[in-house]
Amino acid sequence: MTVTEPSANQIPTPDNNLNDQKPTGFGRMLRKEDPRFVRGLGQYCDDVTLPGMLHLAILRSPYAHARIVSIDTSAAEAHPKVKAVVTGAMLAEHGLAWMPTLSNDVQAVLATDKVRFQHQEVAFVVAEDRYSARDALELIDVEYDPLDPVIDVRKALDPDAAIIRDDLEGKTDNHCFNWQTGDDAATQAVFDDAEVTVKQEMIYPRVHPAPMETCACVADLDKVSGKLTLWSTTQAPHAHRTVYALVAGLPEHKIRIIAPDIGGGFGGKVPIYPGYVCAIVASLLIGKPVKWAEDRTENLVSTGFARDYIMIGEIAASRDGKIRAVRTNVLADHGAFNGVASPVKYPAGFFGVFTGSYDLEAAFCNMDAVFTNKAPGGVAYACSFRITEAVYLVERMVDVLAYELDMDPAELRLKNLIQPEQFPYETKTGWIYDSGDYEPTMRKAMAMAGYDELRREQAEKRERGELMGIGISFFTEAVGAGPRKDMDILGLGMADGCELRIHPTGKAVVRLSVQTQGQGHETTFAQIVAEEIGIPPEDIEVFHGDTDNTPFGLGTYGSRSTPVSGAAAALVTRKVKDKAQIIASGMLEVSVADLQWDKGSFSVKGDPTKSVTIQDIAMKAHGAGDLPEGVEGGLEAQICYNPSNLTYPFGAYICVVDVDPGTAEVKVRRFIAVDDCGTQINPMIIEGQVHGGLTDGVGMALMQMINFDEDGNCLAGSLMDYLIPTAMEVPDWETGHTVTPSPHHPIGAKGIGESATVGSPPAIVNAVVDALKPFGIRHADMPLTPSRVWEAMQGNHTPPI
Amino acid sequence: MEISMNVNGDDVVRDVEPRTLLVHFLRDHMGLTGTHWGCDTSNCGTCVVWVDEEPVKSCTHLAAMAGGHRVKTVEGLETADGLDPVQEGFIQCHGLQCGFCTPGMMMTARALLDRNPDPSEEVIREAISGQICRCTGYSTIIRSIQWAAAKERETSVSLEGSVA
Ligand code: FES
Ligand code: FES
Repeated sequence: MTVTEPSANQIPTPDNNLNDQKPTGFGRMLRKEDPRFVRGLGQYCDDVTLPGMLHLAILRSPYAHARIVSIDTSAAEAHPKVKAVVTGAMLAEHGLAWMPTLSNDVQAVLATDKVRFQHQEVAFVVAEDRYSARDALELIDVEYDPLDPVIDVRKALDPDAAIIRDDLEGKTDNHCFNWQTGDDAATQAVFDDAEVTVKQEMIYPRVHPAPMETCACVADLDKVSGKLTLWSTTQAPHAHRTVYALVAGLPEHKIRIIAPDIGGGFGGKVPIYPGYVCAIVASLLIGKPVKWAEDRTENLVSTGFARDYIMIGEIAASRDGKIRAVRTNVLADHGAFNGVASPVKYPAGFFGVFTGSYDLEAAFCNMDAVFTNKAPGGVAYACSFRITEAVYLVERMVDVLAYELDMDPAELRLKNLIQPEQFPYETKTGWIYDSGDYEPTMRKAMAMAGYDELRREQAEKRERGELMGIGISFFTEAVGAGPRKDMDILGLGMADGCELRIHPTGKAVVRLSVQTQGQGHETTFAQIVAEEIGIPPEDIEVFHGDTDNTPFGLGTYGSRSTPVSGAAAALVTRKVKDKAQIIASGMLEVSVADLQWDKGSFSVKGDPTKSVTIQDIAMKAHGAGDLPEGVEGGLEAQICYNPSNLTYPFGAYICVVDVDPGTAEVKVRRFIAVDDCGTQINPMIIEGQVHGGLTDGVGMALMQMINFDEDGNCLAGSLMDYLIPTAMEVPDWETGHTVTPSPHHPIGAKGIGESATVGSPPAIVNAVVDALKPFGIRHADMPLTPSRVWEAMQGNHTPPI
Repeated sequence: MEISMNVNGDDVVRDVEPRTLLVHFLRDHMGLTGTHWGCDTSNCGTCVVWVDEEPVKSCTHLAAMAGGHRVKTVEGLETADGLDPVQEGFIQCHGLQCGFCTPGMMMTARALLDRNPDPSEEVIREAISGQICRCTGYSTIIRSIQWAAAKERETSVSLEGSVA
């Protein structure tokens, strides 16, 4: 591992050109996508306008659970600008009323029998313009017969609870699945002879990815060719194409998915939502292009939520602070349909990494997932498949243990971290951490924070009755799903393709299966190719987000772009380079073995004056004259990369908060994040990804929650109720890094997109709980809003959600 | 109803429903899709444009209210001399990721710098506090605006220098 200096204090100025080093390869480089965005020339889904395009709006249920008695659409149909009104019954006639979810459940496109969550899709209207479509929704008359809703997840399995999923044959309860990992008996044995055990229930409330751009699509089904073109807010265009082929029975070669610029995804744009299917059906029905664009309320109340776990955590330890085992029992609220976007064999995603960054003797998890009358989802909100929940559990529990042992939480962590010589490290739940050198990362964060000094300051402040808290988390992420032997989504292996073509003049185009939502793929993938083949990034065009013009692959989520698709980009470039080397050997009339590579050119070993550049070789590959025996013309290649393992980035975070004793308001004063994502491609982009994730963390820890009243009304249906941090709620982020490359990734990169979202909530909550230590508090549930912190200070540590 | 206004220097006349919001007028009727909409409650600020010199949330402004006024959108920031320093600053300091909040942020930033050429971090935070960015965590947006301010101060110093 190498430790490099943090960039935190290096702020770009008009003079220092910090971010404009134009590297041929890795390094700080300005983004290729920015010139269009700063001019307002990005093209997002709702910016797409086609001739004759119509607008679709969706009627949603006011009830959380109700039988549909009748729907009268006649008044809506009579509206002069309305082209069609469609109900679930009409879809059912064509076998289109239900669609598969990404976890092999089914979800109603439009409700047929009954509605199962508030704001479920009931009917749609297609009209000439946005406003008329909305007007016509008011004219649809639906008669409902309300049923008892199941809202409290703890009562979902009660014998008298209403059965939500009576659409599933033989379903007599609201149980969704049970999942276990680890060794129950071995864990019990450790608990039986442990000197110290601690137990704490904690809630990770339901939250929402809420990207600034809501979901939208434009469906255009060409009547003559039968070809569907769908512009769509999707993080996974290829996977969506296959699912549409399966749902709608359209032949897959007649479906083209275009993911244009995406205004943030954070996992919320992985699933297929009913709105997309409705737009496709509408275009099929009417023969015109149809746009659907949800508003913010629809986004918050109906598209994929995240988290919603009630977790009981337990740790067994020795009195001197050696953590021996971790156990957890989880009750998971999956809403009305199981819409989790995780690999099939992993119904709880990668929650199995709840063992954290620690060397344990045993671990065990039992999880029961249930259906409730809430919106479906369970998407990875900027977390790699439930790792946010897992890391929150273990990092909160370690602090609970520190509280009981009266030990410093940093010291406790340092005592238990997996040691560098133990990698690759197999956890007690079967995950193989690829590489890590944890302690220097932890020490670096402590040094940047001035940890000891902070503790001294805290002690002084406590004397004066001031509430200052210091919170730590050390996390290990598992990203880059995944090896095809274990991981698939709906039977599709989680591999990614990549194609590279070098044009005759030595300019290149690289085609990716993944899709950027702001991560800067057009820049970083050009850098990956540049690093391998020595063509400057500005000469490399990155093409993505169009299934007709890119190779197949599963898309961008779970921080998988760099670990999987980035590896594909590096390997396809190596393949091209191998061919270039053979051509160079012909041009220089020496054997391949006598050539040396010098980022951008091959030269004869021992005679550097004899050399050819990659551009010369590209021209030769496409030009006249003979190529070496057996070599075809052209300079291009395509591969499909199947990762051999996940990659495991990690980091140490320290948060400093001040709590106002009078108002219970929490102010995040400082936040220090030291991340290790292996080899860094573009440090500027990495820093940006970390900053964004930290801000997500502040939102989840302190501000936001998708909550419901007892009738199932969603109480967080707008940005007035679902609070997202603004510039006023977050500090100036202090970031640093260490570099421990992944041993199995071709360039050693691990992925960074979600680390900060995973690592920050426990650091913040730990800080708040630490601040409240004078009140005898060892746990309080998120979101730690002023009223909830106030409750905690009054002795009510876990006010109900 | 017929509405006329000046958008980015051009006089335009359109016949729209009286209830048309300015954001939809700009996007759907003028084809200026750089201005975005991200909420229903005036919370997100992706829709910020100028009416005369004042930044407003165009989702909360009827197009009719802008009738007879000068409207400036992100598409109007670049001039014949090139990008506005604010636009440059956002590129230089990685002030954007997905780019969705960016037009609104830049319109607010431009208005701020026109009134205060050297704003502190706190002043900038306050100025953009009616706007949400989901991607950047704000630090780089603040640096971007500071970058633009520094650049403009440099330019005005050198202009003064050349006049003297
Ligand atoms: S669209 Fe959100 S404030 Fe205008
Ligand atoms: S850059 Fe994505 S919302 Fe700000």
